[in-house]
Amino acid sequence: MSTKLKPVDVVLVGFGWTGAIMGQQFCDAGLEVMAFERGPWRDTPSDFATGFAQDELRYMWRHHLFQNLTYDTLTIRNKVSEEALPMRRLGSFLLGTGVGSGGVHWNGQIWRFLPTDFLTKSHNEKRYGKKAVTDGDLTVQDWGITYDELEPYYDQFDRLCGTSGKAGNLNGKIQPGGNPFEGPRSAEYPTPAMKQTYGPTLFGKAAAELGRHPFPHPTGNLSRAYTNSLGAQLGACTYCGFCEKFACGNYSKASPQTTVLPYLLRKQNFTLKTECEVLKVELTPDKKRATGVTYVNSAGEEFFQPAEMVILSAFVLHNARLLLLSGIGEPYDPQTGTGVVGKNYAYQTMSSVNVFFDDKIINPFIGAGALATVIDDFNGDNFDHGGLGFIGGAYIAGMITGGRPIEMIYTPEGTPNWGLQWKHAAAKNYLRSFSLSVHGSSMSSRGNYLSLDPTYRDVHGRPMLRMTFDFSANDLKMSDYLTDRASEVARAMNPREIKANRRSRPWGVTPYQTTHNTGGAIMGTNPTDSVVNKYLQVWDVPNVFSMGSGAFPQNAGYNPTATVAALAYHSAHEILTRYLKQPGPLVQA
Amino acid sequence: MTDAPDDSGSPVRASVDLSRRRLLLAGAAGIATSAGAAIVIHDGELGGPSQTIRGEMPWTPGGADSPPGVSGSDYKYFKPAEVAFIEAAVGRLIPEDDVGPGAVQAGVPFFLDRQLDGRYGRGDHFYLGGPWPKGTPQQGYQSRFNPAQFYRAAIEAIDKYVAAHFSGSSFAKLEPEEQDKLLKGFESNQLELEEGVDAKMFFDMLLQNTKEGYFSDPIYGGNKDMSAWKMIGFPGAHYDYLEWVERHGERVPYPTVGFKGRPGWYGVEK
Repeated sequence: MSTKLKPVDVVLVGFGWTGAIMGQQFCDAGLEVMAFERGPWRDTPSDFATGFAQDELRYMWRHHLFQNLTYDTLTIRNKVSEEALPMRRLGSFLLGTGVGSGGVHWNGQIWRFLPTDFLTKSHNEKRYGKKAVTDGDLTVQDWGITYDELEPYYDQFDRLCGTSGKAGNLNGKIQPGGNPFEGPRSAEYPTPAMKQTYGPTLFGKAAAELGRHPFPHPTGNLSRAYTNSLGAQLGACTYCGFCEKFACGNYSKASPQTTVLPYLLRKQNFTLKTECEVLKVELTPDKKRATGVTYVNSAGEEFFQPAEMVILSAFVLHNARLLLLSGIGEPYDPQTGTGVVGKNYAYQTMSSVNVFFDDKIINPFIGAGALATVIDDFNGDNFDHGGLGFIGGAYIAGMITGGRPIEMIYTPEGTPNWGLQWKHAAAKNYLRSFSLSVHGSSMSSRGNYLSLDPTYRDVHGRPMLRMTFDFSANDLKMSDYLTDRASEVARAMNPREIKANRRSRPWGVTPYQTTHNTGGAIMGTNPTDSVVNKYLQVWDVPNVFSMGSGAFPQNAGYNPTATVAALAYHSAHEILTRYLKQPGPLVQA
Repeated sequence: MTDAPDDSGSPVRASVDLSRRRLLLAGAAGIATSAGAAIVIHDGELGGPSQTIRGEMPWTPGGADSPPGVSGSDYKYFKPAEVAFIEAAVGRLIPEDDVGPGAVQAGVPFFLDRQLDGRYGRGDHFYLGGPWPKGTPQQGYQSRFNPAQFYRAAIEAIDKYVAAHFSGSSFAKLEPEEQDKLLKGFESNQLELEEGVDAKMFFDMLLQNTKEGYFSDPIYGGNKDMSAWKMIGFPGAHYDYLEWVERHGERVPYPTVGFKGRPGWYGVEK
């Protein structure tokens, strides 16, 4: 029995980056917006003040800011023939929760995808043939949107965050010092690139000597103070080395808290309910329209919140599950390849190369979430894949996000994990080593998908999400090739030695890799092979919009957040300018 | 479905009164004692009251989600036989010598005791619901036990194994070389234990927790005098390195600090 509440114009399900962006856009247009977040309220001075924010044990290893799995997790397996078991502890990816969610504990790495990344199928097929995009059961698709369409919204996100960086392509003109491979930008970054510490500087020099094109990593860890488009003020980053998995106490990392909330929460037409979990999107009997959402508060009481529009703005895995639980769209079937919800779950193919010096003090504790010098020469289709046997690529970054000693002590090849030999290696190498990150794409394939688990249920009695995933042959080939390219740069830095940490099958729940999960509610040009159109509007239920990286038909070799934000702004623009005048499908199927 | 035109089960208010949240007095949490009446908020716990926030940024002066530091020096969770095992085992995982402290000297056994006695030991942030079939290595931790239960069961199973194979002895009484051999056997999944204990799973947890105690802030009971940080050159939880960003290759001369400062602040420079 649920209590029916007063209707609102818009319900937001989940309140991280996309919830904050959509809430701000809708409230500015005068709509009555109600946001639900199942985690707690969080603000900078109370929850992650500088006096205690730099706590590796509590945040990284005790998961203080992450989703508490006690009441809800997902089940995992590598292939359909296996029994999925619950992920009993977070590891490979670190799900957010609470107001701001992953936007609180991200690194602030702000990337745009390449123009060809949006044309994964058609571009690669044209250049390398049909086999290149179908071999090994690849199921890559075009996005149904182009870089040029998204560019103004990427720019909007940059201006929200105050992104620090150096443009490499301004309106088609290549700029010295930036990334020459990037799509044309309409404007320079709002703030200059961060200053680089020793490790990234050595990487940049070595890469340039090899003929690569190094540039500073674009970042939401700000190089200087900035007042954003909503009047929120951010401070300059102090390189404390606690970004990823941590929250910034210094207002230097772009997050919903630092960029949107001070503006949005003062709006009289905006309401936020925390520790309230949406259980289901309710539909009309013909399943063509959402009537609102059912949610439960922490006392266990159920309510029905009627709404004209429902925005799924939770994390990719939660959005996909909510679609499946609500009976929206046809679930994907990997045997037949039919159905769409849950299809094309993809990830990120990460590897790294550790570099050890005898004569150079690197000081790895001087770090920031996106403090890096990067080369993009081998990302996307920036290089000729002819004869290589794979599509996709990665950026390679000489990156120092910090030197947190439980997580980030590198020891040379052959060092045991414990005992005196380990301790001596830790003492000898900590100050004199760092890591190159190889941040690879993840092409979707037929057997990787999301569905509901037949056995395990959450605290509310709902089936958990089930993830079936393993790395594809395409992606492992890509990762090996890219790890070799990273090793070349590593050796060109003249270290004592290097250690390549290659990616191999099968995917496992430990150790940490990245929280760049994608797919499951993918976008496209027609309802037979996608869940949402290019405005993130659900084909089958046009007053439901599904935000986030769930819309990616496959994942590119970049961090997803800027693309997630740009897609949200693009969607909001179309809703405000077209949908509100005439609610209904924005693209005719 | 019943009709109730207004409320949602949580009062609508201009801003949230933080005192409605789960609050503890500072004295319970070590770290904040010197701050007098500061308030500690534990947001990581589930089931805090639902809030409705409208029209204002909710904020109350004096509230802080301070870290849950530990106090005392006695063992609260480990029984004497378990203490013997833990001191012997972590002493092999990180032995003492001139280069730096061993795990025992750094206080890791005490750290582990407080972790297992607290929220981590109770399985906070773990999903422990059934059924519990044995999984693949890729599926990670698969057990009905929370960490506190798992340590207890594993230590008992290991000592049983040692008693059976070393004429009634216990792990702690073995020679260091024999202890290392056993630990390697657990690590490489070569040795099987009884009582539903996956030896490798336990080894991985013990090694991880040992490094956590060795390298975490001293408020959690390990890393005594920040000795493990000093050994590797990590200067602790400094807030601002701006001055050193472009001074490439220089040693940063900052003294090592933890959340409670450093001994020098209390007149005991180390």
